[in-house]
Amino acid sequence: MIEIRFHGRGGQGAVKGSDLLAMAAFREGKQVQAFPFFGVERRGAPVTAYTRISDDVIRIHCFIYEPDVLVVLDPGLMSAVPLTDGLKPGGTIVINTTLDKSAFPVTGIPDVKIATVDCSSIALRYGLGTPEAPIVNTTILGAVARATGVVSIDSVADAIRERIPNKPDLNAQAARDAYDRLHG
Amino acid sequence: MKKVLTGNFAAAYAAVAARVQVISAYPITPQTTIVEILSELVARGELAADFIKVESEHSALAACIGAQAAGARTFTATSAQGLALMHELIHWTGRARLPIVLANVNRAMAPGWSIWADATDAVSERDTGWMQIYCEDNQEVFDSILMAYRIGEREGVLLPTLVNLDAFFLSHTSQVVDLYDAERIDAFLPPYRPAVKLDVADPRSFGALTSPDYYYEFSFKIQKAHEAAAQAITETGKEFGTLFGRSYGLTEAYRCEDAEVVLVTYGTIAGTAKVAADRLRNRGVRAGVLKIRYFRPFPAEDVVRILGRVKAAGVVDRAVSYGQAGPFYTETRSVLPGAGPALTGFIAGLGGRDVSVADLESMFLQLREGKPSPLVWIGVKP
Amino acid sequence: MKPKIRKDGTVAVEKTGDLPDMPVSMGSMKSNKTASWRSIRPVIVEARCKRCMICWKVCPEPAIRPGDPPVVDLDYCKGCGICIAECPFDAIDSEKEGK
Repeated sequence: MIEIRFHGRGGQGAVKGSDLLAMAAFREGKQVQAFPFFGVERRGAPVTAYTRISDDVIRIHCFIYEPDVLVVLDPGLMSAVPLTDGLKPGGTIVINTTLDKSAFPVTGIPDVKIATVDCSSIALRYGLGTPEAPIVNTTILGAVARATGVVSIDSVADAIRERIPNKPDLNAQAARDAYDRLHG
Repeated sequence: MKKVLTGNFAAAYAAVAARVQVISAYPITPQTTIVEILSELVARGELAADFIKVESEHSALAACIGAQAAGARTFTATSAQGLALMHELIHWTGRARLPIVLANVNRAMAPGWSIWADATDAVSERDTGWMQIYCEDNQEVFDSILMAYRIGEREGVLLPTLVNLDAFFLSHTSQVVDLYDAERIDAFLPPYRPAVKLDVADPRSFGALTSPDYYYEFSFKIQKAHEAAAQAITETGKEFGTLFGRSYGLTEAYRCEDAEVVLVTYGTIAGTAKVAADRLRNRGVRAGVLKIRYFRPFPAEDVVRILGRVKAAGVVDRAVSYGQAGPFYTETRSVLPGAGPALTGFIAGLGGRDVSVADLESMFLQLREGKPSPLVWIGVKP
Repeated sequence: MKPKIRKDGTVAVEKTGDLPDMPVSMGSMKSNKTASWRSIRPVIVEARCKRCMICWKVCPEPAIRPGDPPVVDLDYCKGCGICIAECPFDAIDSEKEGK
């Protein structure tokens, strides 16, 4: 079972992102689970969402304490909350940022793979959200597909087109763009 | 047909699949999307049902009572404060023997204001004559609602059912759900045809003044109906398995055959407890889980049969009966013979506090220490 | 025992005994400003305002103080916009909060 934890701020679409990733994996015949933790429901508040992907039935129903993958929609959260606590050795962190991965040193966990992509700029290029509040959830899924290989980019694009009523094709293209920009 | 759905959507689609004719509900977090999807389907003409808009949960259940008495299959949904506001009519429904199905999203009672998971709301409706189911996953939500109509409408049962799903851990969690196909569901659940209903051609009074000469007997008949329901639940759960591939009973025993320690629990905690049992078995601890699906009728026979074989058992409650202990603990205790296993009552997860695999492993291990206690608070601040 | 105050100003209580018996806030709401998530602010335009006080009446917070003209208390206004919608004289403008 692969466990993925999303960290964003209210309004960025972390909850929908976790759901879309589950949908993409479901298209590949996997068992899936996706759920949010709603704390204070307001714009700007930190939001956590969870996705589990497995070949077998998923029985567990608690939060994810030892994720395989962290998806960070807002780089400011990297310092605001102890995000990397519990990340498995060899785990992956995908961060939406303009900075290079060297700006995010992770200590204490061996072999962590960090992937950085400027999803905000990509999202805006496809008209997703506003410059003050770009909606990056679909874009970053392309980077997740590339960095982790848990799902194919085609499944991500199909899930987006199925589940996003507003600008489905642009959202899917933004994900592909992020996928192409992230090299190994 | 398999889809990825939240628990709330599974509940709403079950009502659709059951071909409910009247829906009346009032929105409340975290139940809201159940009402949203159903009202939308009715508005779009995709669901041939009347959606009666009301100003409160009390009125919602009142509308359902009227419709069900008139012979319609009805559905409603609520949560926490909304269920409490229905309370007077919850009693009414049970005593009127109207097999309404209510999806209740288990949420903590205020104050402090909380939208998160806690079963105290439903447990507080224990003595109303309703059957109560607690679901572990979204498939069970869908299946349980279908079966609740079939069982509740059966001659000799005629009881309403509260189908419970944990706030957020099911209501807002997406999982794969098999929605089957309409033809097979229709064959399993034929239209509701009550023997007696509100009918201008055959006017009767419903629920009128009942003297001590008869009230007592009507109460006795509700108890008998629950006993008949226990039988119906077992039979229908087996038949469901033959038709759809998933069998159900009053309880579900997981790796209990050779277990030395068993945790009795319900709702989503049961799923996490199974994972904890698996992990402990990998370390040589023979752990098992007894999931209580039906709180009413209470599965006394299953509890006695399964716990009778084990050395120590614990009951994990996401609810408290203040001044006593966990409600499922006291119920379990009450049916066990004096020589039964050492029984511990754990309180966990109130108000949406997460109950992790590690928490449940610690409870299993505590059982092995042989110091049973009726009331252990897991993770309470020092 | 004094509760710990986190970096973001919220209270962290580590001991059950440090909580009050009633579920009430640890500190006074006078110091707990609740307007942080406002995305728009109502601006009362004095020239159009007829002092009818409907805004004061409809504010659910309540964050409008009656006056000549009425005053929006921006420490507590959450920007719900009800006053803007309800003002019969169109005398309350909606202004975006700067980011």
